[in-house]
Amino acid sequence: MSKTLFNPGHTACAGCGQALAARLVIDTSGPNTIVANNTGCLEVFSTKYPESSWGVPFIHSLFENAAAVASGVEAALKYLGKKENINVIAQGGDGGTADIGLQALSGMWERGHDILYVCYDNEAYMNTGIQRSGLTPFDSNTSTSPVGKGSVGNIRPKKPMPEIALAHGIPYVATASSGFPQDIQKKVKKALSIKGPKYIQIHAICPLGWRHEAGVAIDIAKLAVETGLYPLIEYENGKLVSVRKIQPKPVEEYLKTQGRFKHLLSKPEEVKKIQEIADKNIEKYNLRAESPVGD
Amino acid sequence: MKQFLEGSQAVAEIVTLCKPAVISAYPITPQTHIVEGLAQIIADGRLNSQFVNVESEHSAASVVLGAVATGVRVYTATSSQGLFYMAEVLFNIAGLRLPVILTCANRAISAPINIWNDQQDSISLRDAGWIQFYAENIQEVVDLHLIAYRVGEDKSMMLPVMVCMDGYTLTHGIEVVDMPNQEQVDKFLPAYAPLYKLDPQEPLTLGPLVDPESYTETRYAIQETHKEALKLIPQITTEFNQAFGRQYNGLIEEYRTKDAERVIVAMGSVCGTIKDTIDELRAKGKKIGLLKIITYRPFPYQEIYEALKNIPMVAVLDRALSLGSFAPLASEIKAVFCGKKKAPKVISSFIVGLGGRDITKDSIKEMLRLLNTKERTLEFIDLKPELLKDKYE
Repeated sequence: MSKTLFNPGHTACAGCGQALAARLVIDTSGPNTIVANNTGCLEVFSTKYPESSWGVPFIHSLFENAAAVASGVEAALKYLGKKENINVIAQGGDGGTADIGLQALSGMWERGHDILYVCYDNEAYMNTGIQRSGLTPFDSNTSTSPVGKGSVGNIRPKKPMPEIALAHGIPYVATASSGFPQDIQKKVKKALSIKGPKYIQIHAICPLGWRHEAGVAIDIAKLAVETGLYPLIEYENGKLVSVRKIQPKPVEEYLKTQGRFKHLLSKPEEVKKIQEIADKNIEKYNLRAESPVGD
Repeated sequence: MKQFLEGSQAVAEIVTLCKPAVISAYPITPQTHIVEGLAQIIADGRLNSQFVNVESEHSAASVVLGAVATGVRVYTATSSQGLFYMAEVLFNIAGLRLPVILTCANRAISAPINIWNDQQDSISLRDAGWIQFYAENIQEVVDLHLIAYRVGEDKSMMLPVMVCMDGYTLTHGIEVVDMPNQEQVDKFLPAYAPLYKLDPQEPLTLGPLVDPESYTETRYAIQETHKEALKLIPQITTEFNQAFGRQYNGLIEEYRTKDAERVIVAMGSVCGTIKDTIDELRAKGKKIGLLKIITYRPFPYQEIYEALKNIPMVAVLDRALSLGSFAPLASEIKAVFCGKKKAPKVISSFIVGLGGRDITKDSIKEMLRLLNTKERTLEFIDLKPELLKDKYE
């Protein structure tokens, strides 16, 4: 009997934050779970026929419809009188969630299905080769927001998905990070204890797409949080109930670790703009710790 | 019991008798009366079903996909643009081998936007892996839904089925319909017993990544199942006939073809008009018949061959186009006789009734007037040349 419901032997890259987070999510939810997955890295590296990493019922249909497929699963379980005992999780990457899958996800939220939606946010279309998505950070160098004479990378900041989720009036919205595994477990557990639609967005490290060594993956994920660029927040019934406090580090410390931001190090004016994004987050969510924080 | 029913209402009633656990749909004319009817039936407590009001057809198809994969009977309905918006999911449903039943209220495709009837929508989805039935009248629409559930959910099939009914003509038309009762339906259509389902007791992965080592075989398997469907559909139809006292063949219907010199091949509600025209012309001694295609996918090539091999002249009526090539039904009827010794001398192709233009007895007579020794390709009936004169210059 395997100890995990997300078995090893899959083909994720070394240092993949999505593989790490997906395992934490499903192991926290337990065997009485049905997963609907959008097309993307996770589905590709974990279900290559005739093998599958999944120890729970798992369905992959298309790129953009996991939220709707999960809605059907949930409706069927309700009809069968089995919904009380079975968790339904829909999940996808940032493109499948914030771009092509946003309509289906909005529908799932609005209809009030009892489903946890998890977005593994590695901040670009990594499965197809690092193209920018609506969740790609400002100034990132991706294959469709390349740096050049007239470009310093992606021209837009991240789409505010947690705010979009909150605007639907759903009972639970949180962000998490593959740099903080126990926080993921805690939030998944909390989310699954609440009836209705839930949204958790997990910052998922991608060494290949972010261009850094696999060995420093967790450190980089932590830096995103510690600079204020990826605030860890938690809302229940529209109210902010917790944030991860930080002693903010300058954003350069995060930017200099990754190839996707390398071009910015010689452009202090661009770094300043990114520092402003972090500062706004720190102010908005009151992230600054009064006293030093430990791990 | 015989009732005077609108086509959409009749569909809502027969679907109710089939007891789907999950229904999901998005409104589009002329499908709306069907799902409004079902919503009211559920609201009145006559049907215990989860009715999921979605934000698009893409999600309607995805919801029933997820539900049927969880092991329950499902239903959806759409039309035209809605069917196209579902298209990606429809191919996926067939590939996943899930028996979704869908009613297509046939309607023209935009642009220009047009809410009236032709069959371009479902014909364009012919390659999706779905079984497709085309109904002539409201009674047939009702009956084909029962047959659709039996065929699609059969353990040897596990395929989705689309029941096509001409928009307005059948969705909004009113006819006397012999509606079965619950007991009869339950006897003919037992509860859905899925071959596989999403169940935590027995976890399985549906929809994995399949590489070149195995992909071809998944497509081959569907192709083979369609061949099997050509045998199963007549079997289940025979069972249906015995249970409900009807006389369907299941794949095709031959109307006065035995001694016919000229036969029209058509699908859907136009077959009623053609039959009337045939009766009228037969009374004047003209030997004309009709071959009605009920099952378009799988394509019953053998039955079509047998029905037409000794007919001297055949007219194929298409209510859809494959723009830039031959008409869809005509090209397949011709393909049936390719390389065969016995074949009609002439197979002429006619395009009639696009975007809701009425097909009258005169339209059929005009077609027959042009059905002579000179074979015609893509001959448009009732075309208005005066509308083609305007040009941008």
